[in-house]
Amino acid sequence: MTIQELAFKSLDYRKKILKYIKLANAGHTGGSLSCIDILNILYNEILNVLPHNFSDKNRDRYIQSKGHSVEALYVVLADRGFYPESLLETLCQYQSHFIGHPTKKIPGIEQNTGALGHGLALSVGIAIAGKMDRASYRVFTLLGDGELAEGSNWEALMAASHYELDNLVIILDYNKLQITGPNKEVMKLEPLSPKFEAFGCSVREINGHDLASIKQTLQDVPFEKGKPSLIIAHTIKGKGVSYMENAIKWHHGVPNDAQYQQAMEELEDRIINLQTIVPQ
Amino acid sequence: MSLEMTIKQRDNNQGIPNLEAFSNTLQDLAYKDNDIIVVTSDSRGSGKLVPFGEKFPKQMVEVGIAEQNLVGIAAGIASTGKKVFAVSPACFLTARSFEQVKNDVAYSDNPVNLIGISAGVSYGALGTTHHSLHDYAALRAVNNITILAPADNYETEMAIRFAAMTKEPVYIRFGKKPMPYISKNKDFEIGKGRLIKEGSEAVIIATGETVFPSIEAAAFLESHHGVSAGVVSMHTIRPLDIQLLSDLAAKYPVMLTVEEHMVNGGLGEACASYLLQKGKHVKFKIMGIPDEYTVTGSQLEIFNHYGISEKGIAAEVMKLIE
Repeated sequence: MTIQELAFKSLDYRKKILKYIKLANAGHTGGSLSCIDILNILYNEILNVLPHNFSDKNRDRYIQSKGHSVEALYVVLADRGFYPESLLETLCQYQSHFIGHPTKKIPGIEQNTGALGHGLALSVGIAIAGKMDRASYRVFTLLGDGELAEGSNWEALMAASHYELDNLVIILDYNKLQITGPNKEVMKLEPLSPKFEAFGCSVREINGHDLASIKQTLQDVPFEKGKPSLIIAHTIKGKGVSYMENAIKWHHGVPNDAQYQQAMEELEDRIINLQTIVPQ
Repeated sequence: MSLEMTIKQRDNNQGIPNLEAFSNTLQDLAYKDNDIIVVTSDSRGSGKLVPFGEKFPKQMVEVGIAEQNLVGIAAGIASTGKKVFAVSPACFLTARSFEQVKNDVAYSDNPVNLIGISAGVSYGALGTTHHSLHDYAALRAVNNITILAPADNYETEMAIRFAAMTKEPVYIRFGKKPMPYISKNKDFEIGKGRLIKEGSEAVIIATGETVFPSIEAAAFLESHHGVSAGVVSMHTIRPLDIQLLSDLAAKYPVMLTVEEHMVNGGLGEACASYLLQKGKHVKFKIMGIPDEYTVTGSQLEIFNHYGISEKGIAAEVMKLIE
C-alpha cells in the first residue's frame, strides 16, 4: 500500500474506534488512538497473518501486552477480514466475545492479555520456541509505557537478551501518559533508551505516527543479529482528535454526542484533505 | 495384602522421592519426544533435573530466579504446541506467579504442566516462606486447572505421563522425601480416587504424602482398637471424584480427610462442600495444618505436631467414632 493509502486507513480506523467506543459506551480511547498507526503498519505491511493462515505454524505472532487498547486491534482485525465489522456492535455487551481486553475467542487474537506486564514474557516464550524449531516466524509485541513499572517486563527482557532473541520485536507505545497522570509523575521511566540497551536490546526511537518511518523501521528488523529489537515509538495519547490529544481524561473517556460529532468532523476533514492534497 | 506389602516396602526402604520419580519419568518421555520441554527457575538441582539437562540440553530452558517469567515463558512455549513442564518450588510457583498461572496458563488455555516441587512443608525448618499450604485453595479458585498430589512413585509416574499427553493445564505437587509404595494395584486414573484399603466403620481420605501415615493409622486402629477403617488416596483434588465420595458416604458413618495443606480451602473443604450440598451426612473431620503460624520442625516433626501421623490420625478417628 502507498503511504497515502495507509494514511487513509489510519483515519478510517480512528473513526471506527470512536464509533464502537461510543456505541459500547466504554473503551480505552486515548491509548487506542495512540497505537493505531503502529497496528495499521503491522497488519497491512509487516505481519504475514491473514484469516486463511492463522493456524499456520510459521505465521508471525502479534501479542498486545497493553490489552486495554483492544478497540484498535478489533477494528484492524475486522478490516483484515477476520470477522465482519458489524460484530463490533456487540462490544462489551452481555454475552459478547468482544470484551474489553484481547481474548483468543476472537479470530486473529493470539493470547488473552489485559493484566499488564504479561505480554512480553509470553512473547519471549513463543520466540524461544521459534528458535528451538528454527521457525521463520517473528514475534511482535506492543507494550504500554505505564506497564513498564511491572517488574515482570524486566525479567522478560533479561531472558530475551540471554537467549539472543532476534526474532522478537518489542514496540513501546510511548504516549507518556497513564491513568493517573504523566509517567514522569507516577513512576519515572527515563532514561528509557539506555535502560533497554543495558538490558541487551537493540533500540531505535521513532515518531509513532509517521507511517513511513514505522514501516521502514519494522522492515529493518532485526536491527542487530542476536539481539531483540526494541522500538520506542513516541506517540500522542488521543492522537487525531484535537481535544483528546495529551488529555488524561480521555484514557477511557467516552465522547458525548457533541464531542463525538466534532471528532468525526475533524477526522473527515483530514480524509478530504488527504484526497485533495495528493490526488490518486 | 497390600497394606502389609507397603509397610514391608518402606522397611526395605523401597521407593524413591517422588521428585526423582518425576525426573526419571520425564527423561523416559523425552527420549521419544523432543517436544517435551522443561523450564526451570534456578531449580534444576532441587528438581532433580540435572540429568535431564545433561541428556536433553536443547529441551531445557532456564529463566533464573524469576517465577513470573518462568510461567509466562512456559505459557508462550506451550502455545506453540510443545509439552511444557514449568518446574519450581510449589511455594513460589503458586504464589509469586499466581497471576501468570491464572491468566497466561488457565485463562489463555495454554497447557503448561506446573510442577510444584518440595511442596507442603517439605522444606521443614526453612519456614513459612518455603511452605506451600495455600496451593490447593488458590488453584481451586482458578478455572481450568487439574490439581494432582501423587502419594507414591507409581502415582507420580502416572500423573506425569498424563500431564505430557493432556492439552489442558495441570498442577502436580510433591515432596522430596522417599515415598513407600501405597499399593501394588495399578489402578491409577485421573479424577478417580484409589481405594487402598477397605474398611467398615470409618474411612480416611488422604492425598499426597499424607496417604502413607493414613495407611499406618488404619493398621493401628485395627490392631489397637479393633476398628476397621478404609483408606483412599485422593490423588486428584480437582476434578474431585464425587461418585466415590457419594459411595463412601453411603457406606461409612465416619469420614476423615487428611492433607498437607492448610485446613482452609483444600481437599477436606472440597469434600465437605460436596457432601453437605448433596445432603449426605457423616461424622466428618478435616485434618491438615491449622490456621496458625506453623510450628518449626522437619516435615515429619510438623506432621507429628499436628497429628498427621499413625497415632494422631487414629486418635481423631476414635474421637469421631465414640
